Amino acid sequence: MTTVSMTVNGKAVSEDVEDRTLLVHYIRDHLRLTGTHVGCDTSQCGACVVHVDGRAVKSCTMLAAQAEGADIKTIEGLADGDTLHPVQAAFKEHHGLQCGFCTPGMIMCAVDMIRRIPNLDEKTIREELEGNLCRCTGYQNIVKAIKAASEEMRA
Amino acid sequence: MSGTGIGQPVRRKEDQRFITGSGRYTDDFQLEGQAYGYFVRSPHAHAKIKSIDSAAALAADGVVAVLAGKDLAADELGGLICGWMVHSKDGSEMKAGAHPALAVDRVRYTGDHVAIVIAETLAQAKDAAELVEVDYETLPSVSDGLKALESGAPQIHDEAQGNLVFDWELGDKAATEAAFASAAHVTKFSLNNNRLVPNAMEPRAAIGAYEPASGDYTLYTTSQNPHVARLVLSAFVQLVPEHKLRVVAPDVGGGFGSKIFIYPEETVCAWAAGKVKRPVKWTAERSESFLADAHGRDHHTDAELALDAEGKILGLRVHTTANLGAYLSTFASSVPTYLYGTLLSGQYNIPNIYVTVDGVYTNTAPVDAYRGAGRPEATYVVERTLDAAAREMKLDPAEIRKRNFISEFPHQTPVIMNYDIGDYPASLQKALELIDYKGFANRKTASESAGKKRGIGFSTYIEACGIAPSAAVGSLGAGVGLWESAEVRVNPTGSVEVLTGAHSHGQGHETTFAQLVSERLGVPIDNVEIIHGDTNSVQFGMGTYGSRSGAVGMSAIDKAIDKVVAKAKKIAAHMMEAAESDIEFADGNFTVAGTDKQLAFPEVSLAAYVGHQFPTDEIEPGLKEGAFYDPTNFTFPAGCHICELEVDPETGATEIVKMVAVDDFGRIINPMIVEGQVHGGIAQGIGQALLEHGIYEPESGQLLTGSFMDYTMPRADDLPHFDVGLTETLCPSNPLGIKGCGEAGAIAAPAAVMNALSDALGVMDIPMPATPHTVWSILQQTN
Ligand code: FES
Ligand code: FES
Repeated sequence: MTTVSMTVNGKAVSEDVEDRTLLVHYIRDHLRLTGTHVGCDTSQCGACVVHVDGRAVKSCTMLAAQAEGADIKTIEGLADGDTLHPVQAAFKEHHGLQCGFCTPGMIMCAVDMIRRIPNLDEKTIREELEGNLCRCTGYQNIVKAIKAASEEMRA
Repeated sequence: MSGTGIGQPVRRKEDQRFITGSGRYTDDFQLEGQAYGYFVRSPHAHAKIKSIDSAAALAADGVVAVLAGKDLAADELGGLICGWMVHSKDGSEMKAGAHPALAVDRVRYTGDHVAIVIAETLAQAKDAAELVEVDYETLPSVSDGLKALESGAPQIHDEAQGNLVFDWELGDKAATEAAFASAAHVTKFSLNNNRLVPNAMEPRAAIGAYEPASGDYTLYTTSQNPHVARLVLSAFVQLVPEHKLRVVAPDVGGGFGSKIFIYPEETVCAWAAGKVKRPVKWTAERSESFLADAHGRDHHTDAELALDAEGKILGLRVHTTANLGAYLSTFASSVPTYLYGTLLSGQYNIPNIYVTVDGVYTNTAPVDAYRGAGRPEATYVVERTLDAAAREMKLDPAEIRKRNFISEFPHQTPVIMNYDIGDYPASLQKALELIDYKGFANRKTASESAGKKRGIGFSTYIEACGIAPSAAVGSLGAGVGLWESAEVRVNPTGSVEVLTGAHSHGQGHETTFAQLVSERLGVPIDNVEIIHGDTNSVQFGMGTYGSRSGAVGMSAIDKAIDKVVAKAKKIAAHMMEAAESDIEFADGNFTVAGTDKQLAFPEVSLAAYVGHQFPTDEIEPGLKEGAFYDPTNFTFPAGCHICELEVDPETGATEIVKMVAVDDFGRIINPMIVEGQVHGGIAQGIGQALLEHGIYEPESGQLLTGSFMDYTMPRADDLPHFDVGLTETLCPSNPLGIKGCGEAGAIAAPAAVMNALSDALGVMDIPMPATPHTVWSILQQTN
């Protein structure tokens, strides 16, 4: 067992976990923040993307213990109260989701993408989405949503 | 009605919870006292189980129980079923072997279910599963459908000698032979339809729970059809009587067919909960999804097309070998037969068709419906073979299609289906314009000068959706009727709850169904709640698959609304002291014809429950109506998809430059959602054509493409932008004119892509998936 302490969505948390506990399982099973999903066992799908110290990270690729002291943001912490983050709003406006399972990871990935890259064009967005799988949408409306949010946030 | 009614691109009501992370999928549930299940699976494709020793596992930390096939057998539980009886040519019933949820003495594919280890934590269950000692005697295995039929192939089920489950036929053999005898041209073409792994992004999951006080069971599960799951688990598996079992399918993260079926894991979790008297939770790891979700497709087909000198089709003869896997999954037998052979007429006037299908057991994961289910396979056969004919006869692929289009409706095909309506030239024409067919020659020349090979390919597909008229499918072997149910509950304040037997796992029913209610009753869409996915709240329903929820599910709602309106009119008549026949209802208001008297819908709904203003001995109080809607025919969405692509001969890499889809789905409730369905379908279709392949190693029967590292899922940068258009002929077979849109992309796209590739390479015979290596190899041979 290891004691892990970190900040999640602005709240300090601390708990004993088994050493092998992945960050994603800590978030889902211990903190009960189930918006972060698990879609694979090979770090290929991106359903588990959260922000670790402001950067998008697949939370299935790190141990909870490795996030010791980190500032974590999950999909539940993205909106500002009742006001959706522009990326969340854009996913709804442009029908960037169907079953919603990939969506939290897509949105967290997109927020980071927009932060890092000014003037996102379609090709860049598609390349940046390499690590996130969606089986429902064919990506077109996800790309559209990210582009729209990016433009709105830069304006 | 504008704004939120039929035809409006209303933003989805369900999105709010998904974009904020507050969706509730099965794995998100944590039940009080739940234990975790982990399955011991066969590492072999085919083996005898000589013994299972679970002593060490039972002694391990946290282990609650280890249950195996003999425990299931001791409880006298039935096996899993295949719900569609198919007959062979000689009239005999298909030869189905037993399908126990946990293997008893034999495993038949890699990943087959041997035991469940239940422990306090998932980690403990996994650790202990390593300690379960299974003594296997391995047997030779076969994973290829054609090889399984060869003499000397390993025998998989005693019941099906030579591994042949059925040899089915449809159509008039003699008439088709005569058509071939009179043909000016005969095209022969052999094709594969590659095995696909559905890979909904949410893995399957189940939590079984047992309530000792009442003896009630609850199963939370990733299901497209919770009532059917309950029926099978009670009536066939005989776990517990139907009224003692509640099945809940909460938010479900995509299905594409793979979550229709009643699988071993879900069955075992429900049963095990009763054994250990606490909830048992299992969530598939992705590698388990690869191994044990029902796969799709996997056909080998030889097709022959007879044509006259002008390229008019005289006859089609098809023989298909369908790999059904190691057990017959829930609807496995229907997919390569009645959902396939019946669509072989395509959009064409084909006077004679004869098809035979061998359904074959192999040592692979069971194969069942996957997006399109039989219809993509049929479209692929027809559209590819027709292109082969056009190429041989030096006809333009658009022209040969035009010459053969059905133009009069209703049209009876020689393979059961009666097409009710369509306008095939219209969608072809619109697609030709969208892709700028006239400019293609110039674009091809430009590509050539850049060292690239450009091709264009068509797929004028048809599908049968809105499944289905119950008596019709019953006569074809279905074990159930395929109607749908709805209950429309108007509350006293005029808000509305709709309980539907359909299930949404991405389709957006909470929005589209509410649009229908809003349109018909004039109720704001926010005052409409769509309730689905829980057998405790919803009356029996058949679930969502086969693009049926619009055509069948919404028609049931529409029928129930008719009854609500009829009753509300009666009440309004009393309230306004007018004759019932004078009451009109529009835009949410009841009026008396020729007067200015009017009542708003909530005034009447309130009165219905107060019961003061009408004689309750004549009219019962309350405003709640139900309907079961059985369609009168299948629906026939159809359209034209055109793909334009470029191949780099140096690398064999294919880039889709343009993908155009023009579809006729009948009436559209929400164009935004329909477009999204088309996008998703095309993505899966392109995935099949270029990327995806479920491959078993022939010697060992191991699944080689068993993870996202090996199985190529379409990613954002593998796919082009899709240009989507619509044409519309209203479906006459249901009150709303809807045909269904969920599968068109997956049905149409593979043939369009592969025809384009054939055009680029000048070669018809290209297997799917046409990976860069495949394409490059073909180019080496042909250069
Ligand atoms: S669950 Fe982390 S990448 Fe798939
Ligand atoms: S919306 Fe279903 S996987 Fe992306």
